[in-house]
Amino acid sequence: MPINTTQVPAHAGARGHSASASLQSWLPRLVLAPSVAISLFFVYGFMIWTFVLSLTNSRMLPSYHFVGFGQYARLMANERWWVAASNLAIFGGLFIAICLVIGAGLAILLDQRIRQEGTLRTLYLYPMALSFIVTGVVWKWLLNPGLGIQAMVRSWGFDNFTFDWLVQPEMAVYTLVIAAVWQASGFVMALFLAGLRGIDDEIIKAAQLDGASLPRIYRRVILPCLRPVVFSAVMILSHIAIKSFDLVVALTGGGPGYSSDLPATFMYAHAFTRAQIGLGSASAMLMLGGVLAILVPYLYSELRSKRDV
Amino acid sequence: MSALEIHQLHKSFGSTHVLKDVNISIASGEFLILVGPSGCGKSTLMNAIAGLEPITSGEIRIGGEDVTWRTPAERDIAMVFQSYALYPSMTVRGNIAFGLEMRKIPKAEREAAVQRVADLLQISHLLDRKPSQLSGGQRQRVAMGRALAREPQIYLFDEPLSNLDAKLRVEMRTEIKKLHQRLGTTIVYVTHDQIEAMTLADRIAVMRDGQVQQLGTPDEIYNNPVNVFVAGFMGSPAMNFVDAVLEGGRGNYALRISTPGQEDLVLPWPAERDTDALASCVGQKMLLGLRPEHFSEAVGHSGAGTAMAAVIGVVEPTGADVLINLPLGEGEVTARVGPDCHARPGERLELQVDMRRAVLFDPQREVRLA
Ligand SMILES: Nc1ncnc2c1ncn2[C@@H]1O[C@H](COP(=O)(O)OP(=O)(O)OP(=O)(O)O)[C@@H](O)[C@H]1O
Ligand SMILES: [Mg+2]
Repeated sequence: MPINTTQVPAHAGARGHSASASLQSWLPRLVLAPSVAISLFFVYGFMIWTFVLSLTNSRMLPSYHFVGFGQYARLMANERWWVAASNLAIFGGLFIAICLVIGAGLAILLDQRIRQEGTLRTLYLYPMALSFIVTGVVWKWLLNPGLGIQAMVRSWGFDNFTFDWLVQPEMAVYTLVIAAVWQASGFVMALFLAGLRGIDDEIIKAAQLDGASLPRIYRRVILPCLRPVVFSAVMILSHIAIKSFDLVVALTGGGPGYSSDLPATFMYAHAFTRAQIGLGSASAMLMLGGVLAILVPYLYSELRSKRDV
Repeated sequence: MSALEIHQLHKSFGSTHVLKDVNISIASGEFLILVGPSGCGKSTLMNAIAGLEPITSGEIRIGGEDVTWRTPAERDIAMVFQSYALYPSMTVRGNIAFGLEMRKIPKAEREAAVQRVADLLQISHLLDRKPSQLSGGQRQRVAMGRALAREPQIYLFDEPLSNLDAKLRVEMRTEIKKLHQRLGTTIVYVTHDQIEAMTLADRIAVMRDGQVQQLGTPDEIYNNPVNVFVAGFMGSPAMNFVDAVLEGGRGNYALRISTPGQEDLVLPWPAERDTDALASCVGQKMLLGLRPEHFSEAVGHSGAGTAMAAVIGVVEPTGADVLINLPLGEGEVTARVGPDCHARPGERLELQVDMRRAVLFDPQREVRLA
């Protein structure tokens, strides 16, 4: 703590000084202590509790009859869990990839110093201001075959037009991707735009003189400079993807059936509505493990390579 | 054939008129140096030549062809930027080879070119590093290397040596001069360094507020400046300007300098340097320009100069010679004398002034009269 390094003059009233110095060094700790304790308890304490519960046979209420990794074994045998897990892989992968591509594309287009840039930028950013519940409800209407896009295009005379992913079990997860991309790509664009604006103009001029075309300049010179931006974007997006719960609830409700379940909705359903707290906790622990498995190596490689970028 | 011709070039950024009626023409293989105070438009002119900034009006011709509306890639120019502008995500090798790669040069040739410039610039050991791992001087050499890897019609160098230490700078200056002699490529070069300008240039363009004040050989710029600005800008220590009143008539003009507390000094003007402009200025105040080396110590009574004497103010030995401050006219002047001068402050020193090389300006319009 930097405050500890404050030099206390050795002469003149050393006693009074050391008392006030120790107060100075303890006061911040005292003031911070309650919030540190609360966050330790509610974050890490509950994590540990969830882990403990995942080792028990808890059903409706927590019980402390330990069954080892029995709940995990049940989970592995549960078909619905595998649907949720593979949905997360599809949803997360597509969501992150499409957001990055659209975000980078929009940012590059906006970076061409067009008129009304401020207005457009705000327009693209607006969806991020909505909650996922609102996004979910709006897209639920838009994608509803009887009310939304399909009905509209049919009313224009294209009678055979079909767009009913929302009610198709194998396609429902893609509607989640559509809605989530709509919401988050503007935000990714803002991140990329800030990165692009930070690049020295003369680098681009040098590349022009070197004979590179504009697409090449972006691909070879500019985008490689934006690795830190991609890094932050992937961190934020993967965290949104894994947490996605409200969007599923509002848009598909996990359905049809449980075809668009994600681990978060699976966990909620089992822990809180189907009286399977043990199984729910086990799925929550696997989610945590998944997040760590993705993020830790990524963080490690990014932070390490930062030194030699 | 002229390698580069700039004709009535104007450039505005919005309402700020940055370049005003620039006209420059240099022959193939010439080394043009642009000098001028900060913000006078040197970098803007370089960008215009390279095609990186669209110009407002005028014409640019390279090798006889009108390139005014061509893209930078089509102009066959290589440039070293003031801020280096290295590609941060590429290694030094990648930086140097990028321009060749974009021009579809085969890989083996690219590698050879990288090796050639790396040897020339002594950066072979840095080839696999990223720009962020280099010092300022190393980055500057990489930026030079990136330009030298190609063989364009014109090289543009925007202060390429400004961040090097004194020794490396002198070395690089010599390298550039050798390189120019060997390649014979036309070079346009911006610098703030007087010595660089005088030693490297075939021609110097002195700029001020977006206008070219004078374009000429180093000798012309130094000895025949067209106005007070050019005279004062080139030369270190700068030229001394002394108020003087013109007297006499054609064939025997003289300049009277009144120094407070001293007898007036009358310096006869060499008759062979009379100009018509002087006739209308008799009795008026003029600005006499004398370079420090136009003064010399009076040895005996020989020598081709007008004798004068003054009390020494400050003595600054520089090693190669001694700079002496003396009161003359309203202010002080600096004289450059030989290193064996042992004059002390407060002593009276006998000097000679070489009026054959002095210059005369109109103090109001600041233009050259004689
Ligand atoms: N993009 C721009 N928009 C507006 N004004 C500009 C722009 N670029 C340069 N200027 C102006 O043009 C003038 C000339 O700039 P320039 O960079 O050419 O100066 P310079 O002679 O290269 O100076 P230095 O020696 O400091 O590099 C400056 O007054 C600057 O403010
Ligand atoms: Mg400049």
